[in-house]
Amino acid sequence: MSATTERRQAAVPVDVRGSRRALAEAAASRWPGVSVFTIIRRAALIALTLTIITVLLLLPLLLVFTEALSHGWRAAGDALAAPEAWAAIRLTLTVAAIAVPVNAVFGTAAAWCIGRFRFPGRTLLMTLIELPFSVSPVISGLVWVLLFGANGFLGPWLDRHGIRIIFTLPGLVLATLFVTFPFVARSLIPLMQDQGAAEEEAALTLGATGWQIFIRVTLPNIIWALLYGVLLCNARAMGEFGAVAVVSGHIRGQTLTMPLYVEALFNDYDWVGAFTVSALLAMLALVTLVLKLALEWRMGRRA
Amino acid sequence: MRDLRKLFGATAALDGLNLSIGGGEFLALLGPSGSGKTTLLRVLAGLEFVNAGSIEIDGRPIQGVPARQRRIGLVFQHYALFRHMTVARNVAFGLEVRPRKDRPSAAAIRARVEELLDLMEIPELADRYPEQISGGQRQRVALARALAIEPTLLLLDEPFGALDAKVRRNLRVWLRGLHDRMGLTSIFVTHDQAEALEMADRVAVLRAGRIEQVDTPERLYAKPANEFVREFLN
Repeated sequence: MSATTERRQAAVPVDVRGSRRALAEAAASRWPGVSVFTIIRRAALIALTLTIITVLLLLPLLLVFTEALSHGWRAAGDALAAPEAWAAIRLTLTVAAIAVPVNAVFGTAAAWCIGRFRFPGRTLLMTLIELPFSVSPVISGLVWVLLFGANGFLGPWLDRHGIRIIFTLPGLVLATLFVTFPFVARSLIPLMQDQGAAEEEAALTLGATGWQIFIRVTLPNIIWALLYGVLLCNARAMGEFGAVAVVSGHIRGQTLTMPLYVEALFNDYDWVGAFTVSALLAMLALVTLVLKLALEWRMGRRA
Repeated sequence: MRDLRKLFGATAALDGLNLSIGGGEFLALLGPSGSGKTTLLRVLAGLEFVNAGSIEIDGRPIQGVPARQRRIGLVFQHYALFRHMTVARNVAFGLEVRPRKDRPSAAAIRARVEELLDLMEIPELADRYPEQISGGQRQRVALARALAIEPTLLLLDEPFGALDAKVRRNLRVWLRGLHDRMGLTSIFVTHDQAEALEMADRVAVLRAGRIEQVDTPERLYAKPANEFVREFLN
C-alpha cells in the first residue's frame, strides 16, 4: 500500500506543465505500473491462484458432499443412523467435551503465567507448550502407548490394578489433550503480554480478591482471544486422526472417533458411509471457519 | 495523625530508605528516573515486597497485610482503567468487590459514584468507556476510582506524566485543592521539580534508592543538603 503511494508520488513530477510525456505518465500513475504485460502477468497470477484454490480446496469439499449423496439422501441418512456411526459421533463429542474445557483452563493458566511474569525457565515452558505443534501426531499417540500400554512403562502396574488407558476413552482423551494443548495458550500469550498486569494490580489495590480479579478484569479482557483459541482447539480435537489412531485400538462402536470411523468405512469400500461422515466433519470445519472469521472481526474491532 | 516509617536494606531499588509522612500532608517524591520512586509507591501499595525494613501506618506494621486489605489508593502512571467497563463501573469497582457484609447497597454505590464524578467535575462521562475520553479525563476517573475506597493514603505515580502542558497546569491546582478539601494524605511521584515544588507541603529528593533530603520547598531551595540536591533543583 505505502509502496504504491510512494511510486505514485514519484511518478508525478512537480513541473509537468505542457509536457505530453509527463501527462501520459501522470495518467498512467493513476493505475501505477499499468502496461499490457503487467496486466497479463497479474491476470495469470490471479487465474493460477483461483485454479489452485478450486482444485485443492473447493473441489475436494464439493466431492465429499456429492459422494455422500451419490446414492440419494436416504442412503446418506441410513449411513448416519447406523449404531456404529452414532457411537463414533458420541465418542468424538465426548472426547472434545473433556479435552477442550481442560485445555481452555490449563491454556489460560499457562498463558497467564507466561504473559504476566518473568521467571527462570519461562522460555523453556513456552517451547514445551508449542511442542505438540512440532511433533508428529503419531508420536503424540505413541508416547501414551509407551507409557501406559501393556508393555509400556506403567503398563504392568496399571494392569495389576485393573486400570485400562490405552484402547479406551481415557487414552483417546489424553492423546487429544496433548495434540490440542497449544491452541488456547498460543492465542492468549501475545495478548496478555501486550495488556500487561496494570489493570489487575489496580484491581488488587482496590480490594478485589484473586478470583474477583480474574472474573471481573482478566477474563473480560481476553474473552474473544480465549474463544478463538477454544474454537481452534475444538476443531482439532474433533478432527484429530494420527494421535488417536495409535491409542484407539479400532474397536467399532467403542473406540472409533469420527475420523477413525471414516477410515474404517473407507477400507470397507463403504463410500457413501465414509463420505457421509466426512461431510459431517466438513460441515464442522465450515462452521468453525465462519465462527473464526466472526471472532477475528470482533477482535480486530476491539483493537 | 498518621505516621509512616520505612526502613529498607540491601535492595538495589531502595537502599536503606527512611521516610515519614504526617496526616493530611501532601508529599512529593522527586528524583531522576531509576531512583526508586515508583518502586517505593509499589511497596507501599503492597504490589512489591522489600527484603528488609518495616512500614507502619498509624503505628501498625503493614507488611503482613495483603495489598487488597491495605486501603491504599494508587493512581497508576497510565491510569490502568478497566477498559471493558464504563467510567461509572470503574469508579464503583472498589465498592462492588467488597465482601457482602461490608458492601454498600447498589443504590448507595450509585450515589457514591455520582458524588465522586461530581467532585471530579466529570458527571457527564459516567456511561463512557475509557477509550472514549481524553487523557485528563482518564486521570480524573482513575482518581475517583482510587478515592471510592476511602483510602487512608493516596499514592499518585507521575499523575501528570502523560498529559500535555496546559492540562497539566490546570490539574495541578485542582488536585492540590481537592487534597485539601477532602483532607487526604497523599504521596505523589514526579521527576518534574517545578511540579513538586509548586504542589507539595514537603519534597523528598531521591537518588539511587536513598533519600537525599526531605524538606519544605522553601528550605530545599534555601538550604540544599548536598551538591546533588542543589543541581537537581536547578
